[in-house]
Amino acid sequence: MTTPVSISLTVNGERVEAHVLPRLNLADFLREHLKLTGTHVGCEHGVCGACTVRVGGEIVRSCLMLAVQVNGAAIETIEGLSDSGEIADLQAAFRDRNALQCGFCTPGMLMAAQDLLRENGKPTREEIREHLSGNYCRCTGYHAIIDAVENAALARTEPQA
Amino acid sequence: MKASAFAYARATSLANALELLATHGDKAKVLSGGQSLIPAMNLRLVSPELIVDIGDLGELRGIAVKGETLVIGALTRHADLLKSSHIVKCAPLLAAAVAHVAHPAIRNRGTIGGSLAQADPASELPACMLALGATIVVRGKGGERRIAAEEFFTGIYETKLGPQDLLVAIEVPVASPGSAHFFQEFARRHGDYAIVGLAAQVMRQGDRFADLRLGFFAVGDTPVLAKAAAAMLTGAAITPELLAEASAALASELNPHEDQQATPAMRRHLARVLLARCLATLLNRPDLQTGAGV
Ligand SMILES: Cc1cc2nc3c(=O)[nH]c(=O)nc-3n(C[C@H](O)[C@H](O)[C@H](O)COP(=O)(O)OP(=O)(O)OC[C@H]3O[C@@H](n4cnc5c(N)ncnc54)[C@H](O)[C@@H]3O)c2cc1C
Repeated sequence: MTTPVSISLTVNGERVEAHVLPRLNLADFLREHLKLTGTHVGCEHGVCGACTVRVGGEIVRSCLMLAVQVNGAAIETIEGLSDSGEIADLQAAFRDRNALQCGFCTPGMLMAAQDLLRENGKPTREEIREHLSGNYCRCTGYHAIIDAVENAALARTEPQA
Repeated sequence: MKASAFAYARATSLANALELLATHGDKAKVLSGGQSLIPAMNLRLVSPELIVDIGDLGELRGIAVKGETLVIGALTRHADLLKSSHIVKCAPLLAAAVAHVAHPAIRNRGTIGGSLAQADPASELPACMLALGATIVVRGKGGERRIAAEEFFTGIYETKLGPQDLLVAIEVPVASPGSAHFFQEFARRHGDYAIVGLAAQVMRQGDRFADLRLGFFAVGDTPVLAKAAAAMLTGAAITPELLAEASAALASELNPHEDQQATPAMRRHLARVLLARCLATLLNRPDLQTGAGV
């Protein structure tokens, strides 16, 4: 019974069919099987947030889902959000504000930040902090990240000059 | 780390899930949101032979009001509770509490049934169940059982659920007009498990409490309904002296643990601070918070 299970899903809009062992988690499936290594594996127990991806449009921890659970689902990873241009402004704001150093947490931070900005165009700094509270960063001390998200939010809501 | 190997079954109906659990007993584990089970499996704290995924059982999902009872399906996610107008209206204490449960990505998967079955003593929702006088609905081999929240939590990560049981729903009395609630916790960071927390549901009568249910969490092996303290504060004019006496009674009702976050003495102290804040807030009596004998 611990034999591979076949799954069918979409990842960043592309159809994917695979055979996976039940124990394989979604993060490892994305990284090892699909070579989408932008999803980072940090703590493997949901604490660090580096593996955050979207499943059915909602952010989740990919280390806490099994690949067999996403059969039929639509997954979006940092590669998808990046290639489509959806978060180009957030990425630029992170760069401008030095909101990353080693970059390990950045994909998860961007996922969580974009999730917030989709729900709430004008978040307060407190709301930004709370939405990113599940994502660890060991370099920046967080302030620059909050600044970058705030700047991107302001730029999105300002009428274009 | 990675989970050890296991077999996976996606339950197709409630009957199918119960059958799988009856056959495999404690070699099987129910998978709901996976936000406690999968970390434990990745850390190899548990290594089930079979995972019974109940994620497809739509009948276990959702929030409904039936007369004077709010019925919450076991698979209802934390994120669903947070967004539900039924919850805001009928159980505002839960709405306040669930904002403190973990972080957005975890609330998108974690479920109320999983949280209650997990029975982490530092968890918010079990204490709310005590304060709200909820009933936990369980299905097992012998049919359906309805267990009062006060009896449900039996130890650290232990409940009245047996290995062949499924928690199917939670029933909460709809908040009566004139009732009020208080929720606060001390945590290092928003979304972390609490160092100490209080979920309270009360009925006020003028400047007194006609009923007071104080559900403390992270104060021992299980969430605690502080009955001795509540009894002293019910029906009486609340003076700083009475609060000091009730605080002393509270401290002896709790049996907190020592861990890397706090000593038992610190936890007792924080519980008394929360009691004072609760009374001060609900009675609009700032004097109780400053004078509080804490
Ligand atoms: C980083 C992080 C931070 C967190 N912070 C908090 C916090 O601050 N407060 C808090 O309360 N929680 C917190 N959690 C835990 C979270 O709330 C979980 O969602 C919850 O504890 C378990 O719900 P689940 O649906 O994910 O259950 P699962 O992980 O699927 O299951 C948990 C346990 O319950 C059993 N179970 C699940 N559903 C049923 C059922 N219907 N019938 C019988 N048994 C069942 C499972 O077999 C398993 O043993 C955190 C988790 C993480 C990863």
